[in-house]
Parts: sequence; C-alpha cells; structure tokens
Amino acid sequence: MVCMRALDRILVRDVLRMQGQLLAVSAVLACGVATLVLSLSLMSSLDRTQADYYRQYRFAQLFARLRRAPLDLGDSLAKVPGVAQVQLRIVMDVPLDLPGDTAPSVGRLIALAPETDTHLNELVLRQGRLPSADATGEVLVSEAFAAAQNLQIGDSIHAIANGRRMKLAIVGVVLSPEYIFQMREGAGVPDDKHFGVIWMNYGELAAAFDLQGAFNDLAVMLQPGASAADVIDEIDRLTAAYGGTGAYDRQSQLSNRHTTDAILQLRSVAIVPPIIFLAVSAFLVHMVLSRLIGTQREQIAALKAFGYTGREIGGHYLRLVLIIVLVGTTAGAVIGQCLAGVAATNYEKVYRFPSLVIHFEPRIVLTALLVTACACIAGAFDAVRRVVRLPPAEAMRPEAPASFRPTLVESLGLAHWFSQPMRMILRQLKRHPFKALLACLGIALGTAVMILGSFIQDAIDYVVQYEFYQTRRQNVTLNFVDVRPPQALNELRRWPGVLRCEPVRTTPVRLQMENRWRRVALTGLAPRSDLFRPLDEHLQPLSNLRQGLALSIKLAEVLDARLGDTLAVEVLEGMRPVRNLMVTALVKDYSGLNAYVEAETLHRMLDEGACCSGALLSVDATQLTPFCEKVKATPRVASATIRSALLRSFHESEAKNLTLMRVFNMMFASIIAFGVVYNTAHISLAERKRELATMRVLGFSRGEVAQILLGELALLTLVALPIGLAMGRGFAAISVWALNTESQRIPLVISPATCAAAVATIVFAAAVSALVVRRQLDRLELLEILKARD
Amino acid sequence: MEADRPATAQAGEKTGLGDRVFVLRDVRKVYRREDVEVWALRGVDLDVLPGEFLVLLGPSGSGKSTLLNMLGGLDRPTSGQVLHLDRDLTTLDDAALTRFRRDHVGFVFQFYNLIPSLTATENVALITEIAHAPIAPRDALELVGMLDRADHFPSQLSGGEQQRVAIARAVAKRPDVLLCDEPTGALDVESGIRVLEVMADVNRRLGTTTVMITHNAVIGGMADRVIHFSNGHVVDIEVNSQRIEARQLSW
Repeated sequence: MVCMRALDRILVRDVLRMQGQLLAVSAVLACGVATLVLSLSLMSSLDRTQADYYRQYRFAQLFARLRRAPLDLGDSLAKVPGVAQVQLRIVMDVPLDLPGDTAPSVGRLIALAPETDTHLNELVLRQGRLPSADATGEVLVSEAFAAAQNLQIGDSIHAIANGRRMKLAIVGVVLSPEYIFQMREGAGVPDDKHFGVIWMNYGELAAAFDLQGAFNDLAVMLQPGASAADVIDEIDRLTAAYGGTGAYDRQSQLSNRHTTDAILQLRSVAIVPPIIFLAVSAFLVHMVLSRLIGTQREQIAALKAFGYTGREIGGHYLRLVLIIVLVGTTAGAVIGQCLAGVAATNYEKVYRFPSLVIHFEPRIVLTALLVTACACIAGAFDAVRRVVRLPPAEAMRPEAPASFRPTLVESLGLAHWFSQPMRMILRQLKRHPFKALLACLGIALGTAVMILGSFIQDAIDYVVQYEFYQTRRQNVTLNFVDVRPPQALNELRRWPGVLRCEPVRTTPVRLQMENRWRRVALTGLAPRSDLFRPLDEHLQPLSNLRQGLALSIKLAEVLDARLGDTLAVEVLEGMRPVRNLMVTALVKDYSGLNAYVEAETLHRMLDEGACCSGALLSVDATQLTPFCEKVKATPRVASATIRSALLRSFHESEAKNLTLMRVFNMMFASIIAFGVVYNTAHISLAERKRELATMRVLGFSRGEVAQILLGELALLTLVALPIGLAMGRGFAAISVWALNTESQRIPLVISPATCAAAVATIVFAAAVSALVVRRQLDRLELLEILKARD
Repeated sequence: MEADRPATAQAGEKTGLGDRVFVLRDVRKVYRREDVEVWALRGVDLDVLPGEFLVLLGPSGSGKSTLLNMLGGLDRPTSGQVLHLDRDLTTLDDAALTRFRRDHVGFVFQFYNLIPSLTATENVALITEIAHAPIAPRDALELVGMLDRADHFPSQLSGGEQQRVAIARAVAKRPDVLLCDEPTGALDVESGIRVLEVMADVNRRLGTTTVMITHNAVIGGMADRVIHFSNGHVVDIEVNSQRIEARQLSW
C-alpha cells in the first residue's frame, strides 16, 4: 500500500510536470471524439426525429397527382386492396404577390376535400389557430416560409389564382411531415423565401379553380403488409382517365427524399471525417505517448531499481494514459454534444421538424472511449515494455551514444554541401527513420485533415458554378400553368429586359430497366439551345442524341443502365404513352436524377406540336424588377425562378449546414494539426536535451542550438506537406464517395486556396510550436542536465 | 550558519594580476529553494595562473563543481567577484557568457557528451568552426592520439577513446582554460590513465591552464596545485614541487 501511494504521488507530479504536453495530447483526442459524437448524435437524432414525426403525424406512404377527378373516386380508391386511408385534396401552385419583394414567389395552395381523411399528413400548429370552417380568406402558412418572409399572424398576402387576386389572411403557422424540406420540384435548391406552402379551406380553393366537388391530388396510407407496387398499379389504373401522372411512394416524395438523403449525407460529412479524425488522433496519441515514455527512461529504471515490478510500473503509466484518455474523451463528448445542439439549430432551419432534440448516446461515447483507450494503451505499452526490459543499472546510466552512420548523400561525396548542423539533422533522421517517418506522417495527417475539413466549400462552389452557370445559363426560368404553343414565346420576348428566350418542355415519366425504375422529369432539349446545355461525362455539351435518351450518370447507375441499353419510358400525363428509348448519352450533373431527349423526340412521343411547358430566359439584370412585375401580372405563368434569388436563398440555408460542419471540422483539424506539430517538436527537445545542452555549454548560442532542433522540424514539415496534401485528397475522395446520393452529389474539387490554407495552418502551427520549443530551449537548465555527481 | 572563515588561496610566488587567468574574491553561492538556503560556496578566494594544472579535490557537496561552473561561465555567484583577465564575469549577460565560453573555455565532462550523430573529426570541427584561431580538427585528434579513429562515430569508440575525442574537442579552439569535471570518473584505470596522460601532455605542449575536478586523491599528484574543498570553503592548498607523470599513477 505504501508503495502504491508513492506511485500515486509520482503520477500526480508527472501529470503536473507534463501538463502542457498531456493537454495537447488530450486536445487532439478530444477533437477526434468531438467530431464523432457531434456527427453521430446529430445523425441518429435526425433519424429518430424523422421516424417519430412520420409516425406521430401519420405521414402518407403513397402520393399521386391528377388533373381533375370527382370526389366520388375516393370511394373506389379506398376500396383498393391494401389501402387503409385516402386523403383527397386540391394542390395548386400559384404566383404570390408579396409586399416589398420584387422576385416572383410561388405559393402552393393546399385544401383538403371535405369528409376526406384529415388524419393523414397531420399539421403541427406552431402559432395561431386553424382557419374557421366558414370564414373566407383564412390560411395557414408553412413555418419556413413565414420565417423567411417574416410573416406574422394577422398579416395578409396575395395569391394570383386563375388570374384573380386572392387575399389570404394568415391565422396560423404550421409544419407538415410532407414539407420537412420545402422545395419546389425542379428548383434544384430550396428557396424558402420565394416558395411557401399554404393551407386553406376547400370551398374557397375549389371555387377559385373551378374544382368544386373534385380533387387533383391524393395521399394514401397502406395497410400493414400491403404491397405498395400493387396499390400503385391499381391507383394508376383508377386515375388514368382523370389525368393521373402516376402514384409514387415516399422514396420519390421530394421532402422525404431530401431529408433522408441529408441524413445519409451526414454520414459523409459527419461519419467519414470523424472516423478519420479519430484514427488520426489515436495514431498521434500512440506516437506521442510512446516517445514521451521513452524520455522517462531514468525514472522507470529508478523505480525498477527500488524493486517495483514491471507490472507495477506498467500500471503506473497505464493510469497516466487513462487520465489522458478520460480527459480527452470527456471533453470531446461534451464539446461534441454541445456542437451537435448548435448544428441541430441550423438543420432545423432547413429541415423543419416539430422538435429536433439531440439525444445523448452513451453508445457513441463508449465506442470513442474504447477506440482511444486501445490506441493509447498500445502506444504506452510498447514504450514501457522497452524500458522495463533493460537492467536497471544500464537504464539509469544515460543512454549509450546511438549508432550513427554517414547518410547516403555523404557516402556519395556530397558531404561538403551540407553544414555541420544540417549533417546532424540528416543523420538524426537517418538514425531513427521510423521515428522520423511517424513524425512526418503525423504532420502529413494534420495537413490531410485540414483538407478534409475544408474542401466541401470548394465542392459546393464548383457545383453552383457548374449547375447554375455552365449548364443552366438562363437567369430566369418560367413554368406555365399548362402547355403553351410556341407563339407564347414571342410575347415573352417583348417583356422588359428579355435578351434571349428558349422554350422548354418537361413531362413526368417513369423510366424502367428490368425491375428497376425511377420517376423523373423528362426534359426535351431545344435544338441549338444556348441557355440550357447539359454536359456529358467529358464536360462536352450533349451533341446528337440520335433520338435516344440522355441520363444523369447517377440515374444510369441506379437503373444499372449503360450506353446502348434500352429503357421503357412511360409518360405520366396525357395518353400515358410508353416508348422504348436507347441510352445514347450520359450527363454529368450534381443534383437530382435527370433525363433528357431531343425536343423533337418528346413532341413525337406526346403526339403534340412544338409546344412548351415553360421557358428559359436571359434577362438584363437591371431590368429584373419590371420583368417580375410583368410575371406577377401574367396568370399563365405558374412560377418564375430567378437565379440570383435562388442562390442567395440557398447560401442562406442549406449551404450554411455544410459550412457549419466545415467550420467545426476545420477547427478540429487545426487543433489536431497543432497538437501533432507541437508534440513532435517538444518530444524532439526532450529526447535531445543533453546533446543540445552540451552544445550550449561548449559555446553555441541559443540560436545556433535551436537551428539544429528546429531545422529538423522544418525539414520534417517540408517533407510532410506534399504527402499531407495527397492524403487529404484521398480522404476527400472517400468523403465524396460517401456523399453520393440520388438527390445530391459533390465532385472531388480541392482549390489551391484550400491547399494553401492547409499548408499555412501547418506552417503556422510549426512556427508557433517552434517558438514555444525555442523558449523552452532558452530556459534549458544546463547545469541540471550536465551535472556531474558532485 | 554561515562560517565566515575566508580561505586564502592566492599563489603567493607569482605576482601581478595581469598574469592570472582567473581571480576569484570572496565568492559565495547560495541556492534558495522554498525557504531552504543551501550554501555551496562560503567565500572563496582563488587565483589561477597561466599554464597551471589545478586539481580540485573534496567530498560531494563541498563546492568544487559550483566553483568550476563559475569559472566556465555556467553559473553566477551570489556575491563576490570572478575576474577573467580583468573582466568581471559576474556582470556579463547570457549572450556575453556564451561568447566567453565559446572564445575562452574548453569543457570536458564526466560522460564525454559527444554528439552521437557526428564523427570524431566532426565533433571537433563543431567547435573549430566557431572558434577564432583553432587547431585543425585532425591535428587536435593527433594530439590526443585518436587520428586513426578520426572518422568513427561515438558509438564505435570506447569510453576512454570518447573522452580523448572530448579533450581534443575542448582544446582545439586553443582555450585559455580547460575545465574538466571528473573526466576519468566513468573510466577504468587503464583508460583513465591514458586520458590523464593526454591532459598532462596538452597542458605541457599547449600551455593550457587546466582545472580538473576529481574524487581521486591520487590524481592530485600530477597537478601543480591541489585545492582541497570542504563544506564550501577552500580548506587547504597543496603545492607540488614535482608533478608526477600520469603513467606513474595507480589506483
């Protein structure tokens, strides 16, 4: 017991003496744990919240749109085997007239048919009340829209319904499981400010659109165990005569797909980096500890000489390691949990849940604890074993001079090219190549995590540039209420500021390849289109499609379709024709699943003339305001998308989530990088104290001595930087691979600025570490170190 | 507790301050650690003459190392004067002390302290590169009989050989004074005597003033004077009329 107390005292003293270094190691560890806890907590919370929300508010399982059907059809639908509940409703996208906002906005008006099942897709009332059954003009608005437009209860907005201005008074703010992620189909990025979902009474909306006693949209809840595919077939059969565009399941439901993909994406921003971070920090801790304990040689020998067993000494260092692990893991878990809360607040702005509560997941922390503890103990074990094996008498003597040999460059007769200090540095590195390699690897990993933590911004910038400037070169996109003849464009060309105008024809289709299928929008490409130019995998504009089909690379991948394969294309409107088309091109894109044919092909399939469902315009930026006025006054325009407004909104919302994760990652990466460099420098100092002190006594100035130690650090850093950049690219590639989803992909793009920032951080860390070590070097107690026994 | 008994250690026979390499007057050193005062030197006067071979003898804690550190500019006295060629070392700052060590002092340590990553020649060159008018490294190695091992690394040399390289390193810059802290302490008799021979030889041929700490009273026989230390005082100064050759020593 007495001896245990002595070891306790040593433990406390060791911790106090080495607090700077132990803290640096703990900090590195904490960063790894924090990223892991942050991302896993956030992901599992989002996952759980989504599932709970869907269950509690009865999110439907199937959805379908049609042109117009009598409410009586609801009875037939309800009788379809497997259907538990049917909700009939009117869903209409209309232009909104918002005071003080010149950009065109779209409102999605939703009204539930009377006597339909209102328990599906239940709304969460966040503020205000529901509209009175008999009142007119009372509406509920989605929270995202209300927040973006700063709308309050009691405010009024105007919708242009069928050419008539409708005054809508806001009586309540709601959330809907159908619109967790609020984005208009085909927009590419969410724009809460210019797209709002609005719920109102059936009678009023039906009257405005001449849909009394009818509906144009439905949602279905299935009976447990029912086959979704069979029900979809039956719904399609029943709605075909009413302009049904085909039922689809949750997987094709926009909000659900994006929310689910966002959770999947977290796995890459938030699982791949943390795992790498944790692995890196565990590796570093291993390295640092084994070297740290190596410098404790004399103390270990003394303990052994006093009669402590190897096991007791090992236990002593094990406790030291466990202190580091516990401090690091606890700090990391707390920081990670707090940051998960911060990130959740940000996610809630884009993904509207009733409440996103971050759960504490002991499982995650325990995993992190286990991983770090194993890495650290392994690091310590090796070092302690090496020292314990030595006979005490030998260990207590200063280490015998290490064996050195001339380096290769010197053997080649190039010795005179190097100064004495340079030769010392080179031989030192050659003498301990493994140590040098580890240090180098450590610094390289520091650089790599910097790249990993920050490249996502480059990827987003690239995607925006690619999708919104290289491919879609229009700055305004109009969608018409219905299909229009080509002459409609002539009128558009006379609108204020219009420089160029091209027709676009889009129709919903179902693409099938064997048993794999997806519902996508099929776009007809205008010949010689200047504004919309999808690029193929070689980044060349699509040329001759030869009456075939062009698919997003990702779409081809999910359908397992290759160039030359033939797909069944079922048009989901009109006569619902089915055609077989050959895949003649692949399109490189980063958002959604897209399919293209030549406009001519599409018109032939639909058995129609050269009509258009929308228009792409290039509008003089200075004329946007009068142009938008014109849009608002044109009832046939269902919606208008202004690129600048869309991108601004995107940067304010979704991009922020990724940016936040990036900031966290960069912060952690910097700390890890710093920890590595600092420890590398510090341990070098500890290992070579005696040598450096000797030189000081022999008359070398502080600067000269520092040159040898810091020169080594500089050399290691120099070698590590390019390796780190390459490794960072590898990490980023893993991340990109994991980010690849149907709704979003990101490219592997790392800008020179990101590399420069990573290099600068490491160089800065090295410089500061050098400064700290230099100060310690200055304070080196020459007498202490060299003291001969008096 | 301080015993105020000044010990006089001037070399009476030789005169004129300018002749002396070091003049120490009433040098005291006290280490304070958490209210505990430890007196290392309690008022030492000592003159060191050019070319002299001095041996400092005494038990552990008697103050020999502290004195050696003062001569080498590694430590400052709490009070008193340490003059080197009329310059008061106690007034010098760190940079000036480094300069002083670089230009005037050669050190030989008990554990040799060679730089393991440098060969014998390079260890010597390390010093000659920063010295004013040094002996060529190979000549210095020849002086200590190590020329045949000039390109060996420390790990390839025995303890005695390492110490001889350390001596070559120390004398190569033609120091005013060679300070040796138990240079034979870690060596067997044979190697120790070989090292002492080299030291006596250097002292004779180059005229380098040499101050050597030892626990071994026998070694005192090869010195001009033996300074006996006890409890921070110089208690006796033994002047040898005849220096014994190192190879005649045995212990």
